[in-house]
Amino acid sequence: MDEAQREGSSEVLDVERIRRDFPVLQERIRGKELIYLDNAATTQKPLTVAYALQHYYTSENANIHRGVHLLSQQATFSYERARGRVGQFLNAAEPSEIVFVRGATEAVNLVAHSYGRGHVGPGDEVIVTQMEHHSNIVPWQVLCEEKGAVLKVVPISDDGALILEAYEELLSERTRIVAVTHASNALGTINPIKTMIDMAHACGAVVLVDGAQGVPHMHVDVQALDCDFYVFSGHKLFAPTGTGALYGKKHLLEAMPPWETGGGMIQRVSFEKGTTYADVPTRFEAGTPHIAGGIGLAAAIDYVNSIGRTAIAEYEEELLRYATDLLSDIEGVRLIGTAAEKVGVISFVMDEAHPHDIGTILDAEGIAVRAGHHCAQPLMQFYGVPATVRASLAFYNTRAEMDALAEGIRKVREVFN
Amino acid sequence: MSELRELYQEIILDHNKNPRNFGQLEGANRTQEGYNPLCGDHLHVHLRIEQDRIEEVRFEGSGCAISKASASLMTAAIKGKNVAEAERLFDDFHAMVMADVAEPIDEAKLGKMAIFAGVREFPMRVKCATLAWHAMKAALSGDQAPISTE
Repeated sequence: MDEAQREGSSEVLDVERIRRDFPVLQERIRGKELIYLDNAATTQKPLTVAYALQHYYTSENANIHRGVHLLSQQATFSYERARGRVGQFLNAAEPSEIVFVRGATEAVNLVAHSYGRGHVGPGDEVIVTQMEHHSNIVPWQVLCEEKGAVLKVVPISDDGALILEAYEELLSERTRIVAVTHASNALGTINPIKTMIDMAHACGAVVLVDGAQGVPHMHVDVQALDCDFYVFSGHKLFAPTGTGALYGKKHLLEAMPPWETGGGMIQRVSFEKGTTYADVPTRFEAGTPHIAGGIGLAAAIDYVNSIGRTAIAEYEEELLRYATDLLSDIEGVRLIGTAAEKVGVISFVMDEAHPHDIGTILDAEGIAVRAGHHCAQPLMQFYGVPATVRASLAFYNTRAEMDALAEGIRKVREVFN
Repeated sequence: MSELRELYQEIILDHNKNPRNFGQLEGANRTQEGYNPLCGDHLHVHLRIEQDRIEEVRFEGSGCAISKASASLMTAAIKGKNVAEAERLFDDFHAMVMADVAEPIDEAKLGKMAIFAGVREFPMRVKCATLAWHAMKAALSGDQAPISTE
């Protein structure tokens, strides 16, 4: 950290300028300036994303992949250009490895249904971790129940880091799929996914990485990682809700049967000769997709690239450290998740106040945090808490906002003591 | 901050810290579970009803200050009442927390429960304030299935 950063003005990012791109950050909540710290739930959207949606609906709106008319061609071009943008963003080998989905949840379900059903049988094993979001647990649970397979869970240590030795022991020749989050939405822990992928491959298993909390915070290169599937939600990456992507290695996607069926995903339909399916990725995109959303996702990616993912990671890391130090100093606050490698997520509980009461008191100060189990109930059970308060950061957050958060938490103590 | 003070009044904070009629109830003939899995509020309401009269009521569980204080104050309010009176209290309480913020509060009718009027400023917390009440009402009607207000 250099001198400028210590002073609070970042040389890495011009946060004041960035904040002007997010009009919602100027909103007032209960008479207070909004301090938005619920970015792991969904991020705010920059003007460029709103403009991209507006432009599409006011100048380009048409259905894709089927019209001979020019507008349809333009819409198709924009949508496929967006796919290319997502592919570049993840460093996929080619755009056809990107399937547009409604979000990470749909992507995991797609892989569990389409790949999982063909590759997991009785007695086989699927590995998840203790810190997974329900969306990366339940599809695998359902698959295992259906197939008579076994779901294994990699444990974590008290600080919220995965226990790699335990993972190594769980891996076997029966392991078919490893599903692991890039970064925990409830703890912030960044998992050593490259190592985990290599270990899984040595056993012949494929790996799905849940990147919902990965892509908003760090550089992701699916080829360098050598992951088989990588999924993320657009709305946690400054893009519209109802958008997201599944990356899959081409040869895996090509061997997978369709999931949803209908229009758009076929090559030919005949009552006599049956139906043949389109090539990937179209095979997995039945029905008219969220065209505007895909274009908005590309706009969000362009925006993130314009700031730079390395700069974002550096800035957020420093902000996380600053906030962690502040909160650690408040008596009665217990941080949940203190692993060495973290994205900007601070989960905590307090001796005297329930997370929901803390959330309400912070809300009265204009501070938006999440209070609850964060769709990670097995993780809450591990820590023996019903819920936590979670402040999750984005690159538009500031040190002054972290100060306000600490002040808000002191108010909680005032009310409850 | 004033809306907050309205919600977290001293009585609520006191009942949160020192809940009345807290714990198991020996001889209970009605027990009802209330559970809001999304927020984690979880309680059991135990009743001993004899000849249409609520002779004893206790609750146990864990949750936020609003849900605990509401349960605690509810036990005090319904103890000794007959079933119809308790149901009427439920209706009055429910109507109050669901009402528009501008609606005046009938303190004579609601008694101590009127302090929960502040929850109307925080619609997300209404489910916390009503959990014990819904559990009580289900217990009165003899319903066995756990209830939720989410």
